[in-house]
Amino acid sequence: MSYLSASYGIKSWLLTLDHKRVGILYLVMTTVFFMVGGLFATLIRLELLTPQGDVFESDTYNKLFTMHGVAMIFFFLIPSVPAVLGNFLLPLQIGARDVAFPKLNLLSWYCFMVGGTLATVAIVMGGVDTGWTFYTPYSSTYSSYYVALALSGVFINGFSSILTGVNFLTTIHKMRAPGMTWFRLPLFIWAQYATSVIMILGTPVVAITLLLVALENLLGIGIFDPALGGDPILFQHMFWFYSHPAVYIMIVPGFGVISEVIACFSRKRIFGYTFVAFSSLAIALLGFLVWGHHMFTTGQSLYAGMVFSFISFLVGVPTAVKIFNWTATLYRGSISLETPMYYALGFIGLFLLGGLTGLFLSTIAVDIHLHDTYFVVAHFHFVMVGGMVMAYLSGIHFWWPKMTGRMYHEGWSKASALLIFFGFNLTFFPQFILGYLGMPRRYHVYPEEFQILNVMSTAGASILAAGYLILFAYLFLSLFTGRKASPNPWRAVGLEWEIASPPGPHNFDVIPIVTKEAYAYEEGDVTRVGSGTAAEGDPIPEEAERAEV
Amino acid sequence: MSDYFPLFPEQASTFAAKVDGLFLLLVCLSVFFAVGVVFFIILFSVKYRRRSEDERPKPIEGSLPLELAWSIIPLILSLVVFSLGAGLAFRMYRAPANAIDIYAVGKQWMWKIQHSQGKREINELHVPVNQPVRLTLASEDVIHSFFIPAFRIKKDVVPGRYNTMWFEATEVGEYYLFCAEYCGTQHSGMIGRIVVMKQEEFQDWLSGGVAGGETMVEAGARQFQQLGCATCHKESDQGRGPNLVGLFGTPRQITTGETVLADENYLRTSILDPRSQIVGGYQPIMPTFQGQVSEETVMQIISYIQSLSDSE
Amino acid sequence: MSSNASVTLNHQFEDLQQQYEAANMGMWAFIAQEIMFFGGLFAGYTVYRFKYLGAFIEGSNYLPLELGALNTAVLIASSFTMAMAVRAAQQGAKNPLLRWILATMVLGTTFLVIKAFEYADKYHHGLLPGFSFDGSGQLKIFFSFYFAMTGMHALHMIIGLGLMVWLIPKIRRGTYTSEYFSPIENFGLYWHFVDIVWIFLFPLLYLIGRDPWLTM
Repeated sequence: MSYLSASYGIKSWLLTLDHKRVGILYLVMTTVFFMVGGLFATLIRLELLTPQGDVFESDTYNKLFTMHGVAMIFFFLIPSVPAVLGNFLLPLQIGARDVAFPKLNLLSWYCFMVGGTLATVAIVMGGVDTGWTFYTPYSSTYSSYYVALALSGVFINGFSSILTGVNFLTTIHKMRAPGMTWFRLPLFIWAQYATSVIMILGTPVVAITLLLVALENLLGIGIFDPALGGDPILFQHMFWFYSHPAVYIMIVPGFGVISEVIACFSRKRIFGYTFVAFSSLAIALLGFLVWGHHMFTTGQSLYAGMVFSFISFLVGVPTAVKIFNWTATLYRGSISLETPMYYALGFIGLFLLGGLTGLFLSTIAVDIHLHDTYFVVAHFHFVMVGGMVMAYLSGIHFWWPKMTGRMYHEGWSKASALLIFFGFNLTFFPQFILGYLGMPRRYHVYPEEFQILNVMSTAGASILAAGYLILFAYLFLSLFTGRKASPNPWRAVGLEWEIASPPGPHNFDVIPIVTKEAYAYEEGDVTRVGSGTAAEGDPIPEEAERAEV
Repeated sequence: MSDYFPLFPEQASTFAAKVDGLFLLLVCLSVFFAVGVVFFIILFSVKYRRRSEDERPKPIEGSLPLELAWSIIPLILSLVVFSLGAGLAFRMYRAPANAIDIYAVGKQWMWKIQHSQGKREINELHVPVNQPVRLTLASEDVIHSFFIPAFRIKKDVVPGRYNTMWFEATEVGEYYLFCAEYCGTQHSGMIGRIVVMKQEEFQDWLSGGVAGGETMVEAGARQFQQLGCATCHKESDQGRGPNLVGLFGTPRQITTGETVLADENYLRTSILDPRSQIVGGYQPIMPTFQGQVSEETVMQIISYIQSLSDSE
Repeated sequence: MSSNASVTLNHQFEDLQQQYEAANMGMWAFIAQEIMFFGGLFAGYTVYRFKYLGAFIEGSNYLPLELGALNTAVLIASSFTMAMAVRAAQQGAKNPLLRWILATMVLGTTFLVIKAFEYADKYHHGLLPGFSFDGSGQLKIFFSFYFAMTGMHALHMIIGLGLMVWLIPKIRRGTYTSEYFSPIENFGLYWHFVDIVWIFLFPLLYLIGRDPWLTM
């Protein structure tokens, strides 16, 4: 009996306390939001084919890019790896039966659902056109009450993050299997840990900030509107205090996925494990100190700007360390290019480019020219789509057999990965050039000379869209027609691979005792349970009960 | 046009070449690291491809010298780039003393420019070549941003305060002015022109137009009388308000004990929100003019007050 | 069920000790985020206090010092009763536990009633931003912070009262024993935290800079 077949019916899913089912609930809904956000992106790129505003009116276009950002950031990227893969895998990888607080886990999904619904209603009923950054006083004094509605949706969704963070932090501290010391943890867990710290400490600040903006929007209380005595730059400080660490909430779990995938498909321990583990913590900490690099042109003190610029450069170093360590892991490995590895290697290249362009934006004198242009748009899409989405897809493909008990079609998956890679580059690389040429972001109409690069970008977007559609199709079909998966189809090392695919409802009948380092690939094939066939719920044979601690 | 595919805007200010140079340095460093990493990824993926299902590569823990090298070298490179960027930003920060002053007000969805000599423009800014220009920026409503790609400069236009920026144009011609901070429906319609002219042509242009038009200082003096400022701010110490002659640019001690500089932002706040900063020794009786004067009028009054400190 | 009913060990835990430690750590992590939540308000308050010191002092003078002091005493007393409740739980003393929790609820409700009077009074004097406000923009910002900060605090107290209502039937059923009282203990942490927030709010809003002999 697997966690999927343990009980049937809508109630058994909507009231589940099984972390694996919560992960699947998140998988379904984040995919829906990804499609919604993707639809908006398609419409944006359609409009931008021509310099004139011939597809939509300005107000509509402005609502489209706002909702694209809100849907993608708050309802797809932030939950994605932690809430989908993290929820599913965290207890499995540390040898636990569930997370510390299963009811809180379900509650966090409901916060996500309520928040997402409120934000969606705000779109459908009137639309919000402030941009996902909600800068005041535009979003408070100069906007309709739909902004307050959308903000309450984002606020409630914030609790989803906070509760997930509290849950994961406690689980990792208190529920590791015997012998699973901190330095035997998979790097995926280190990444989830660092992310949880950011979720707990950062999210409440944006929560209170957005609450104050909503109050100002509804009641005109004057905190951020200068006409009422307030300071619009204070909003930016408070907003970015969270929203910069938020980008690390989005990417650090992806780093964790890449470590797992690279280790498995090189069949080798990650080079420099300790450095990679600590680099996640360094990024989490430093990430709280750089928010002002979004504000170099606001008129803030130049000295403050220099401090933010300096620390922004520092935070690039632990990130670079990860990239070099992953590359070094390939050295003298045994590399196999399955689909998860396609995405992982693509991630390294694209994230590297995205991260390096972040350094351009950290350089004050250059940022003055590039701020609020398409260069910024290209930068964050390289790190978020070329980086995060590809890491997420890498993880989805890697753990798909474990989560669903099925394999997907390898040919289609590789084809779609290549389409996505190529389409992505064609969409976003021209935007670097557009940005340096001076095309500002959030522009509905633009001067003619920018058209050719915009056409290239839209062409790329259509290829990217095709890649995603093919991906949804074969993954969905695999649920019905995919080959049944064995417990460990990749011959990977990790506690999650030592149980059935899909796992039973209580994960482990006997809590394992861990004696080995993470990624102990040198000890050969570690499949112990039901070798080859997916006999669900195979009991773990006695020989696996290690006597020594 | 030729089939030349531009990657850079024209270099039309003293900053442009420096910013482009720094940008190119970053591009070179990025290409170096990106190509390097990608090269090794491809090399290793091919050279160490799996040849048999039961291969067991030897584990390699790591290498402290390598970790230190690839932490310290990027750190040093980062610090170099940081210093170059900060240094250039520092030089871009303060306008030279011989800069001429021009005033710009952004509002949804247009730019309104005032020259000191009184000439006004809408969505266009005429400036002389090879002459530093200092722009004082104000917003009537939401945040905008004054962006001239060809000059490589940008500054946010924030309601409730003045921001300033400066540039020195080096090439005669016309360049784009964009609003670079989302400000509502016609954000992408707030496009203007910067017209750089030869110095003599600029002087001609300035003095052309309505004969007898007043300069900003003259307009400010007129408003100063009409709005009743002169009732309390006399040119002696007898008035109910401070004497404004010689006041601009001096330090003022306000009732909280803080000392602030009497710059444009200070004067603007004094007109629009006087009770927030009363100088010691004076009663908080000045009424606020918020809602009664436009940002442009405030700029005119400030020009006038500034002129009371210029030694002739 | 007798008061020595077996304690539920949730399936994800190996033993009661692990369950207890996890619940405790979870509550501390939650409190960390609460600190950041209120921290945002405190940061905003600090910025505006520097900008508009005069208006903030004026605003403080409008706040009733006696009621604020009374509320402070009430809350500190409620933290005492809460601490006694935790002690009773540790000892497995069901009836004292019930009484101390009820005392905490009474004190908490008293606090909220006094607060309601204060708020109503502000409304009548035209000092409620967004509804009826009569004063300068800067004073409005002070009162916006006053209502946002004390309002958020009051909301947390209401949630605390709600949680105590939820705890009472369980206490009466004898769910909490000397072996299992972590919900009481963790709730105590939450309640003490809410108290500490008030200890910061009271001086910042009511006390500093005010003229002690002035009544508005």
